[in-house]
Amino acid sequence: MTKVSRRGLLKTGAAASVLAATGVQVAAAPSRGGTLRLGLAGANTSDSWDSRTHSDSYMIMAGHGAVFDTLTEVAANGELVGELAESWEASPDAVTWTFKLRQGVTFHDGKAFGADDVIASLGMHTEEGAKSAAKPIVSAITEMKKLGEHEVQMTLKAGNADFPFLLSDYHLCMFPAGNIEASIAQGIGTGMYKVESFDPGVRTTLSRVDGHYKDGRAGWFDSIEIIAINDSSARMNALMTGQVDAVNRVDFKTEPLMKANPAVNIFEVTGNQHFTFPMLTNVAPFDNVNVRKALKHGVNRQELVDKILLGHGAVSNDNPIGPANQYFADDLPMNDYDPDKARHYLKEAGMDSLDIDLSASNAAFPGAVDAAQLYQASAKAGGININVVQEPADGYWSNVWLKKPWCACYWSGRATEDWMFSTAYESGVPWNDHFWENARFQELLLSARAELDSDKRRTQYHEMQALISSEGGTVIPMYANYVDAHSTKLTNSGTIGNVFQMDSSRFMERWWFA
Amino acid sequence: MASILRIIAQRLALGILTLFVVSIVIFAAVNMLPGDFAQAILGQGATPEAIKAIREDLGLDQPPVTRYLQWLAGALQGDLGNSFAQANFASFAGTTATANSASVAAQLGPRFENTMFLAGVTAVIAVPFSIFLGILAALYRNSVFDRFTNIFTLSSISSPEFFLAYILILFLAVLNPLLPSLSNIYEGMDFGDRLTKTLLPALTLTLAVTAQLMRMTRAAIINLLASPYIEMARLKGMSPMRVIVKHALPNALAPIINVIALNLAYLITGVVVVEVVFVYPGIGQLFVDSVKIRDIPVVQACCLLFATAYILLNLTADIMSIISNPRLRHPK
Repeated sequence: MTKVSRRGLLKTGAAASVLAATGVQVAAAPSRGGTLRLGLAGANTSDSWDSRTHSDSYMIMAGHGAVFDTLTEVAANGELVGELAESWEASPDAVTWTFKLRQGVTFHDGKAFGADDVIASLGMHTEEGAKSAAKPIVSAITEMKKLGEHEVQMTLKAGNADFPFLLSDYHLCMFPAGNIEASIAQGIGTGMYKVESFDPGVRTTLSRVDGHYKDGRAGWFDSIEIIAINDSSARMNALMTGQVDAVNRVDFKTEPLMKANPAVNIFEVTGNQHFTFPMLTNVAPFDNVNVRKALKHGVNRQELVDKILLGHGAVSNDNPIGPANQYFADDLPMNDYDPDKARHYLKEAGMDSLDIDLSASNAAFPGAVDAAQLYQASAKAGGININVVQEPADGYWSNVWLKKPWCACYWSGRATEDWMFSTAYESGVPWNDHFWENARFQELLLSARAELDSDKRRTQYHEMQALISSEGGTVIPMYANYVDAHSTKLTNSGTIGNVFQMDSSRFMERWWFA
Repeated sequence: MASILRIIAQRLALGILTLFVVSIVIFAAVNMLPGDFAQAILGQGATPEAIKAIREDLGLDQPPVTRYLQWLAGALQGDLGNSFAQANFASFAGTTATANSASVAAQLGPRFENTMFLAGVTAVIAVPFSIFLGILAALYRNSVFDRFTNIFTLSSISSPEFFLAYILILFLAVLNPLLPSLSNIYEGMDFGDRLTKTLLPALTLTLAVTAQLMRMTRAAIINLLASPYIEMARLKGMSPMRVIVKHALPNALAPIINVIALNLAYLITGVVVVEVVFVYPGIGQLFVDSVKIRDIPVVQACCLLFATAYILLNLTADIMSIISNPRLRHPK
């Protein structure tokens, strides 16, 4: 399945997998109307419309998914399309990018959208003292030039073929220039839905904008009520009793009960979200590649998928690139569970047996402690004695992750290979949580980044994934599915995005009442 | 009367001292928890620079004693400070936290109103219901009715609240869709809707507090039934119901009022679980969230509110028992 992206420029083969959700009806033509009531987890009393701070599902969906737009958008089929940008072009070295912006777009306060807004909105992330998670993306831009009211040119420090992809990040929402403060306070964007009321951590109501540039393509509900329901049982109950029309993060344990309810549909996609056990490769014994290989053969991946995810996931081959990525390599030699191989690699490392601590807490991912114990049991047969250290959930990310030699961790994955690698696998980046360094990998990373030819990139990314899988410092046993549920009153086009929960967080735009 | 006023004054003074001690204990306790606001809010994305920036913004880099004294100075002037979460996000936006958007008082206000509403609805249902049950149980003591009431109320108080909540949801929302299982009340909702939405959590809490109220009523009345004056009343030929309501109940009021006050305090301070199950935006949820992210100003304010509720309700209970007892009302 290879599709050429909108501009044909990236030739990405947005094969980005996708889809096949369970039980979604084949759709009739969309119809307008009704009030959608969503029950979403991930809400906090500290929430605001500042997209730089968004990190949890509630605000990602309300912000990026409804009220605000970004320059580009990953469509449900994984293809990159323009959202506020109409088209884009790169110089042959992928350093200079020119974006043509959509005309006739207005903010909810009536102001017209243009080049100045793009420059100001991206500038927010590199402002003095700004704590944006998208800072690395924006700080790679050395210059932003306004070529016209609806044309912007951006120059990068180094070529990056994925740059338009990065601009679809949910942090990079467009705010009206000169009025950013007020628009953060009130939630003024260019999205399909405008804010009627916003009570952080409790409830948000939105209404459909009249005459929007996406008319006829998206945005079928007249109004939306988003209720913050962080408690998983309460959320499931709310859907079961018809108090809300859809919920995110279905509890795996109650999923069979929900399936039994004829008024509820579960929809599930395998994305890039993965659970990991990073080892500090600059610390003995993990500095020995054979020890790492032994550990990779000591975990029963299928058992973890079955018992920790209760089947809602897929086995990962120690590969941080997932099925939602374009150049996902699914044909690498499998690091299967094999105690003999584990023993063999231990012997190669000059050891008869190995005693190590594995730090885990359910703060890393739900079920992390149980997963560590299963790992302990399966590795024993290979002569590896894992001592599971249960760490407190409080302060886990500050005190355990990146500090303890071996611990549990999770990654939500990234839309592009380069982004994932440069976040956590490039030499010397702060979140390289296993301190792994490999010259060949580093070389490939830099050349693939600026490569516009997609076949060459594919080869390079495959080689990089093979390197990580066989020699890398992280045990990645599984990809976790995004499992959400909706009432059978709702329907969609039949294709569900897998970049994030709830149809890549675009549920409010893409679904309608049947 | 003068003595009552003196008691009130004394108790209020002691109450203020208690609040002061509570604030120290809470502040120390939150500081002893591992991690601080900066680490909690940044989570996996914490970098040393970001942590440092947030700590500096919020003054978390200063020693705890200084921070406590600063907070105390503000609190004494009626300023409970700004919530860390709100102040932090204001600094993200490049603005300073304004008094309206970020003050703890502004954040607590609506939540506290909701909590009081829930407590109020519960009290209106639970108090008359349990006293009535208690009177009936005393009247027909050791009958099948008495036994049944005892078993029912004791089993409901012995079950965890979330279990009661789910049972009620099962019967009143899932099997018979009479009431909404979601109590997401919000400002501007009309009273009828608000009441309907609050009914399930209120019923859950009613089940949780009935046992104590009902059994105290029953015990206090039965205790009195052996008194000579009750015997006199009976000998006059009064009906048993009349004996209890006219002669026994007024004298049993003091212990009953005490139990009511304690339960009301519980309704204001301890219903986090019920709030979570029904997604009720009360103060308990806010309190737990704030402890999670170590938002000390909000935690402090919540605790002060809880302590104040206990102190005032206890005081009210004592005053009421004095007023209901002529011997204490006119001490010789």
